Amino acid sequence: MSSKESNETNKSRRQFLGAAAATATMTVAPGVTVIGLAQAKPVDQAVSSKNRWGLLIDSNKCASGCDACVTACNTENGIEEIHGPETDPQWIRKVTLKHKASGRETSLPLMCQHCEHPPCVDVCPTGASFRREDGIVLVDRHTCIGCRYCMMACPYKARSFVHETLTQQVEYMPRGKGCVESCTLCVHRVDAGSGDPACVEACNKENHNAMMFGDLNDKYSDINQELRAYKTRELRADLNLNTGVRYRGI
Amino acid sequence: MSKVNYTSLEANSKGFYGLMGVLAAVILVALGAVYYMEHNGHWVTGMNNQIVWGLPHVFAIFLIVAASGALNVASIGTVFGKAIYKPLGRLSSLLALALLTGGLLVLVLDLGRPDRLIVAMTYYNFKSIFAWNIFLYTGFFGIVAVYIWFMMERKMNKYYKVAGYAAFVWRLILTTGTGSIFGFLVARSAYDAAIMAPLFIALSFSLGMACFILFLMATYKWSEKELGDAILRRLKNVLGIFVAAAFYFVLAYHLTNLYATEHHGFEAFLLTGPSGHTPLFWVGQILIGTVAPLLIFYTKMGESRSAIAVGSALVIIGGFAQFTTIIIGGQAYPMPIFPDYEVISSSFGDAAKYYAYTPSLPEIVLGIGGVAIAILIFVFGCAVLRFLPDSLADKVADPHYKAESSA
Repeated sequence: MSSKESNETNKSRRQFLGAAAATATMTVAPGVTVIGLAQAKPVDQAVSSKNRWGLLIDSNKCASGCDACVTACNTENGIEEIHGPETDPQWIRKVTLKHKASGRETSLPLMCQHCEHPPCVDVCPTGASFRREDGIVLVDRHTCIGCRYCMMACPYKARSFVHETLTQQVEYMPRGKGCVESCTLCVHRVDAGSGDPACVEACNKENHNAMMFGDLNDKYSDINQELRAYKTRELRADLNLNTGVRYRGI
Repeated sequence: MSKVNYTSLEANSKGFYGLMGVLAAVILVALGAVYYMEHNGHWVTGMNNQIVWGLPHVFAIFLIVAASGALNVASIGTVFGKAIYKPLGRLSSLLALALLTGGLLVLVLDLGRPDRLIVAMTYYNFKSIFAWNIFLYTGFFGIVAVYIWFMMERKMNKYYKVAGYAAFVWRLILTTGTGSIFGFLVARSAYDAAIMAPLFIALSFSLGMACFILFLMATYKWSEKELGDAILRRLKNVLGIFVAAAFYFVLAYHLTNLYATEHHGFEAFLLTGPSGHTPLFWVGQILIGTVAPLLIFYTKMGESRSAIAVGSALVIIGGFAQFTTIIIGGQAYPMPIFPDYEVISSSFGDAAKYYAYTPSLPEIVLGIGGVAIAILIFVFGCAVLRFLPDSLADKVADPHYKAESSA
């Protein structure tokens, strides 16, 4: 092989490698960027306290009579109507309020407030109620004995007891008779980095945009920016629980 | 102190087997109720997502609190050195163990997952008072069992005082733990109060003593042993003091709540409200459980044996009403999630003025089953070991007391 031929080959190899690298970058980069934006973590990496997942709910935008968030939650987590509202689990509920002084009516969704100091976690005898490092409060269905002490302790009545055998379960959200459960902030979505919780997604789909999900600790996140810009409220702020769910408009 | 002869209950009689048979039948039916509730899930009970603890918890906590108080008589004899009570120490300890077993079984069998009891024994969150209680209850069994052993075994007799002191301290801690189940609940108007612990201790004194008097009278009547007035009158006088002490804590609790505006809603609900808890409080707890027994015990009526029995039974009925208003009434009043707002509507009952609760038959049966277990253990214990002083006639009981108290 002559030196000229060799140079030609090297040139074409270089061109090929360059094109391949560019293609690879073009393919992977958006994914990396999206992961960065969503702050998702690889599945084998533990959650960390660098994140604090939370919700901001603007009751001014929450439409009276709309329960898209409730329906979406039920569908997402396989929650069905069984024996009526008294015993059926409700992870999220719509509440309509009337201000005592002004008479102004407003409505809002209420769910687990994902407290920094959750009373449900304090009282749980087996440690089945727990708070993840990233602020999500969950129930370990393997160690919950169904004593319901957490339901006595929760200031928001955010927890439900499973009063009967369940059939239509979804694979990513195993539930069971005799255990207590509540909103998980759609933890399966959070861990997969696949977007907002079902309630937030449904609210946005209805163009109400009353719910915002994000990382309270990330100063560039929309939710953090909103919290900086506007006055928000914790429910039962007197208890100093530092809730992960904040409200505007009440 | 002269020697006391102890005997066991005559087990070889139709009456004994009849009683054991009835108790066993009740327990079997209760187990059937447990199976029914466990198999179907809790929707078949009166409990729901608002009233999460119902009648089984009233029975369970009543029995657990009374268990601690059933040890009164042993403590007064051992710790406070009152000789007249000393012969009753064994019986008092046995009753404490029997009542605790009944109460704990009801509590455990009402769990959503009773099959996971082993989880409760192996996974602990030590910030939870429930987790602490698991140790307090099992520790109580151990200490009282040793206490009984030291009282019964002549060789160990010299150590029984130490065991008695340990049991006395332990039971105070235990009932502090039971009261704190509610005292530590920050969210609800009815709870979140340190006074829950001493209130429960005072209640344990009165309810435990009332149970002891009734068990003592029944045992001595059916076994045809002599039970003198001297000991009974003393017991009912002490019971009266305990009833008054419990009332004092109730008074302090409500006065404090009535002073603080934030608790006015709950007080109005309980004291004047439209629910069944109002008559339970005024008629059940105050009239039947407090005023009537005090009238009986501290007037001429208190000299009559049957009146003492009736008074003790009234204390028990009042205590039951009180635990119902504490446990169920405390949940029935909605939590103040939005203090500035009135709730117009909610799918989860937030707009309710209060939450109603009607116990289902299986819950009632389970509770009665717990009582039956307690009675069965007590009767069985009396039959197999020597728990009963042969005679508690005045001439046996009183001279001891005089001899000891003058020393």
